[in-house]
Formats: sequence, structure tokens, C-alpha cells
Amino acid sequence: MKQFAISVTNLVKEFKVNKTLTTAVNGLSLQVARGDTYGLIGPDGAGKTTTMRVILGLLSRTSGESSVLGFDSMNDMYQIREHIGYIAQQFSLPPNLTVIENMLFFAGVHSVSAEDQKKRIPELLSFAGLTEFSSRLAGKLSGGMKKKLALACSLVHEPQVVMLDEPTLGVDPVSRREFWNLLGNLRAEKGLTIFICTPYMDEAERCTHVGLIYQGRMIVDDSPAQIKAIIPGHLLEFTPSDFAPALKLCAGMEGVLEVQTYGERLHVFVDDAARSKPQLEAALTAQRITYGDLREIEVRMEEAFISLIRRQKESTEQNGLPALKSEVSGDSR
Amino acid sequence: MQLNLQRLAALMQKETIQILRDRRFIFLFLGLTFVQLFVYSYSASRTVYHMPLAVVDQSRDPTSAAFVRALVNSQYFNVKVYLSDESQAKDAIDKSEVKAALVIPPDFAASVDQGSANFLMLLDGSDQFAVQSGYSAVGLVAQDFGLQMSDQNLALGGGMSSTNSSLPITTSSQILYNPDMNDKWFVIPGIIGMILQTLAVEQAAIFLVRDREWGTMEQILATPVRQLELILSKLIPLSVLCLLTFGTSVALGIFWFGVPFHGNLFLYFWLALLFLASCLGLGLVISTRATTQFEAEASAMIFMLFGLLLTGLFYPRTGMPLLPQLIGDIAPLTYFLRISRDIYMKGVGLDFVWGDAVILALYTLIVIFISSKRFKMRLD
Repeated sequence: MKQFAISVTNLVKEFKVNKTLTTAVNGLSLQVARGDTYGLIGPDGAGKTTTMRVILGLLSRTSGESSVLGFDSMNDMYQIREHIGYIAQQFSLPPNLTVIENMLFFAGVHSVSAEDQKKRIPELLSFAGLTEFSSRLAGKLSGGMKKKLALACSLVHEPQVVMLDEPTLGVDPVSRREFWNLLGNLRAEKGLTIFICTPYMDEAERCTHVGLIYQGRMIVDDSPAQIKAIIPGHLLEFTPSDFAPALKLCAGMEGVLEVQTYGERLHVFVDDAARSKPQLEAALTAQRITYGDLREIEVRMEEAFISLIRRQKESTEQNGLPALKSEVSGDSR
Repeated sequence: MQLNLQRLAALMQKETIQILRDRRFIFLFLGLTFVQLFVYSYSASRTVYHMPLAVVDQSRDPTSAAFVRALVNSQYFNVKVYLSDESQAKDAIDKSEVKAALVIPPDFAASVDQGSANFLMLLDGSDQFAVQSGYSAVGLVAQDFGLQMSDQNLALGGGMSSTNSSLPITTSSQILYNPDMNDKWFVIPGIIGMILQTLAVEQAAIFLVRDREWGTMEQILATPVRQLELILSKLIPLSVLCLLTFGTSVALGIFWFGVPFHGNLFLYFWLALLFLASCLGLGLVISTRATTQFEAEASAMIFMLFGLLLTGLFYPRTGMPLLPQLIGDIAPLTYFLRISRDIYMKGVGLDFVWGDAVILALYTLIVIFISSKRFKMRLD
């Protein structure tokens, strides 16, 4: 059995909020292989941040097991903290220290030798594109630069694992792309294991492995391609002239599995595209709804995510128990 | 408990940069300290001099005039108005025109000769300090005046022949350590402790809560930093600031306010350091409870109030009911106050103040124990 970089088994975390017990993480299990880029995705409040904090030993756990590089999250928290880099969800570097002072601070608390500091800090600054801002206060950097500085600071002790909690939240698309390019380089050059929480589906697509959690439980845990493959049926996309009646029409049609809205477009999952496409076109014309370019498209993580969450919601509402897990689970590894 | 010097140095460097970069903090820290020292020292003067006095002299003889003169000469009273009867005098006090009124009955001179002189002093009880000063001043002046009169009578009567040779019971009192009853001598050694307690408790609580409120705590906790390193990195720079203000306050007390320091400065410094440790520990306990800087500051303010009211700084603890005394015992100033006054004014050594020093040491151990149990290296 190979050693996992991160291993979580039946993790439960309960919070007491106003004397009522809330279960944020409910029997979660996951494994991250060394060198993987693992994306933990899920809607807001699913338990992503809590899971990450428990793994790091920043929060205590109620029950279950969690470890990083074989170190237990609760008992060996300092060993874990020596070997990982972490970026918290909110910007949490000292804002009134400059870029270079922040780098020196994190190098110091990680006991990086003066020699290594001299070599690594300029390297990391240029890697993050922050060399010319080294004397600017961290609090005065733009959102994207703050995230890059946080990444640079989290790498100064050459960790084997980095844990990033929604690192591109509130960052513009260009900076987001740059940030992911940096991560890609790190993975390629240093074999870094990356564990990332993200609400963005395009980012989930860049991971080698994705865990979708909902209400503190793991729903699917697989590679992006496999996750998309488990969504049944084919996806048709079109832009109707009359949105509401078109939506109603599709939902009631035979052979339609699911309808999702996407801006002014409709995404219709059908069991047989060749059969349903002409039927749908005929029905729309009969209702005098015009539509531009009705075509079959690839299922992306976004549609897969919505579909999986919706089904999970429905099955939880029906019998109070998650049903999908048995249907799609089975760790592919 | 592990202590890694490189980590501690990095943390302390961060704190020092943050302190030095925050100009407003330095300004408030030093500025408010000295404002406190000056405001308390000048305002805490509780002896009232030159009180406006109304005189109702129904005797109008040389003796009554001499008595009024004696009152004025004492510096405690200034005659503002002469009135004709008691009701007018009360009226003047009602209107706050005067703080006190002296009513001398008819035949004052004769009754003084007989040794049974009486007069009435009316004092404005709505002003407690005026009452205290006026009451004691008039008593002293009257006693003194009576003595002089008896002396004169003796002289006039020629030796022991006088029928009224027996003196009224006289008390002779000598005031030790502060013979002139200078209020500043009494107030300053206490104020110095008060300032140190306020700064240390409040700032220790704020320093430790600040990272939590800013969110930087989460990032720092994700590093191998240990509890002791984190706490020390905040308390050491703060202690340096506190000791600087302490030293300056002592110097100002001696050189600006002219309060003579009779004790051993070295001993005083070491006991102040112990007191500082107990205050920082108390701030640490507060910080484990508070989640925002505001909360920390509000909690620290309570101890400042205890310090002002219940430790004996301005109001004597001996007159207090048990409960306020017990509450006052929670504030470390209660113990340092006695140490400070004893060393400062009486010039005594450790053999006299060791009891309070031991209590302070125990206090320090207790608050450090509580806070180390409660200060979590996790977010929950």
C-alpha cells in the first residue's frame, strides 16, 4: 500500500452554535496520493474549509482519523505544520508588514537557514512576480498579488504538501490563470502535492482528482473525466426566444432526464440525443418558440456538479439518506 | 514546552515592526500615559485652600476679630462677605456664594476668657473635599487659638493664680513621611502603579487578540510556532514599552513633581517587574476570553476602574465593605500600591513588603497557569 500525502477516514466535526449541535463534516473519507492535485469542491457551507482546517489541526475533530504525510492531525500538529504550506481563505498575512518582511517572517518561523533564505526568497519573489513590489505593505497589494504573496510565503520552507483554501476567491480571471500556471509549474518541477478547495468548476477541471462534498459528506471522489462520465445521458444546449414556456416544455418531455438553466440558455439532459433532438425541435416549433443553434455539447464539471448536487438534494429530501453514494462510488484507484 | 530562538526572533521582529510602524499607537501609548500622570497628579489634590467664607460676627470684639484673622492666616479660608445672621449665612451657602460660614455668638471674648467659647461653623456638605478640609482646618485653628488665649491669660493672671488655668485636652500629633500633607506625595507612587497596570493589562489583551481579529492568527497557527513563542513574542516588546513608561513616570515623579524617593530604586524596579508580570498575565487571561480588540479593551477597562476605585489609590480600602474589598483584591495594583508607597515614601526594604511581593508572585503564577490552559493553538 502506498503512503498517501493526506488521508482522512470517517471524519466527523461538530460545532456548537448557540447551544445547538451542527455537524459540519459528517463521516468524510478521502485520500490524496503524493504528487496529486486534489480539488475539494462543493457548495458554500458544504464543509470544505472545516475539513481543511481539521486536517491541518487548526480545529479539533469530533471523531474519525486524519493525517498528513503519516502525521496525525491532532497529536502531531507541529510536525504537520513543519511540512506543509497553507493559504487561508481570507487574506491573513500581517497587513502592515511589507512583501519582503512577510517573506522573512515566514522563513524565520519555519526555521529556514539564512543561507537558504538568501537563495529562495528572491527566487520566490520573481516566481510570483512580486520582485518590484518587495517594499510595498502586504495590505496595500491588489487581490491577486496578495494571493501570490501568500503562495510565495507558504512555499518558503519548501513544503511537500500545500493546502489552499479557495485561493482565487475574488481574484480576476487573468490573475487566476497566472496563479494556476504557478501551481502547474510547482507540480511539474517539484512534484508538490496540492490540496485545494475551490468553488470554481474550471479550476476543478484542472485537478487530477476531485472530491465533491455536500452537507459534510463525500458524494463523488474521482478524476474530473470519470465524474463527468457518470452523469447519465447527453447534453443538449439551446437559446430559446421564450424562456419560461421552453423550460416547462422540456421538463415535461419524454426522454428528458434533467433541465438546467445557464444564463439565457437551457441545458437539457436527454437519454438519447439522436432521438430527442428532433422531438425537441418539433415541440418548440409547435409552441412557436424560436431557438438558435440547438446542439449537443460536452458535459463539463459545472453541469456535472449541478446535476450531482441536485440529485443528492432530492434523495436527501425523499428519504433523509444519501442514495447516490452507492450508485456512483467505488474508488477508482 | 519547546522554545526555538529563531522562531521567537522572527515573531518578535514582526511585532516590533508592527509596533514601530503604527505611529498612532505609539503616540497614544506614550501620550496618554503622561496625560494620565499629569491629570491625576494635579487633579488629585484633595485639600481645599482659600475657601470662600461668610462671617456672621455677633460679638464684634477684638477676640472675635482675632479669631477670624487666625482662620484667614491659616490659608484655608478667605472671608468673602460679612453677614448679620445665621439664616443669611445658610442662604449664601445655598446659593453657592460661599463654601463655609462662621457664626460667632455675642460675648465671644468673655466666653473665651472663661474657657467656654463656642462658635458655629457651617460647611457645604455637597462638596465633600471642602467639608473635610474646612472641618479639620477650623478645628486646628480653634485649638491653636485657644492655646494662645490660655497662654495670654496665664501671662496676664500672673502664674498659677488664674481660676481657668486648666487647659482643654490637647492632642499633639506628628505626621510621619509627609509632614506637609502634600497630596502629590501620596498620589504619585500610586499613580505610577495605576498607569503600569492600565497599560500592561489592556495592551497585553489587545496584542494577543489583534491577530485573531485581523485573521492573521490562522496563518501563524499553520506554522510550527509554539504557544510559548507566540505569547513571549508579544509580551517582551510590550514589557519594554511598559518599563520605559514606568521609568519615565518615576523620573517625572521625582524631578518634576518633587516627590522624594526614600527607598531602594533597585528593589523598587524588581518589584515593579513582578507587578508588570502579574498585569501581563491578567491581560493574557482576558485575551483568551475576548474575540475582538474592542471586547479586550472593554474587559481591561473594568480593571482600570477597579484600580481607580477599589485598590486604595484614592479611596481608603479600610472603610470599604467586604465585597468591594474582595473585588479590589483581583486587581494586582492593590498589592503593588502598598509596596510602592512603602518603598517610595517610607523607604523600607524587602523585609517590610515581602508579604505583598509573595502575593504578587503567586498571582502571577496563577494567571499564567490559567491562560496557558485556556490559550489554544487552534481556532476553536
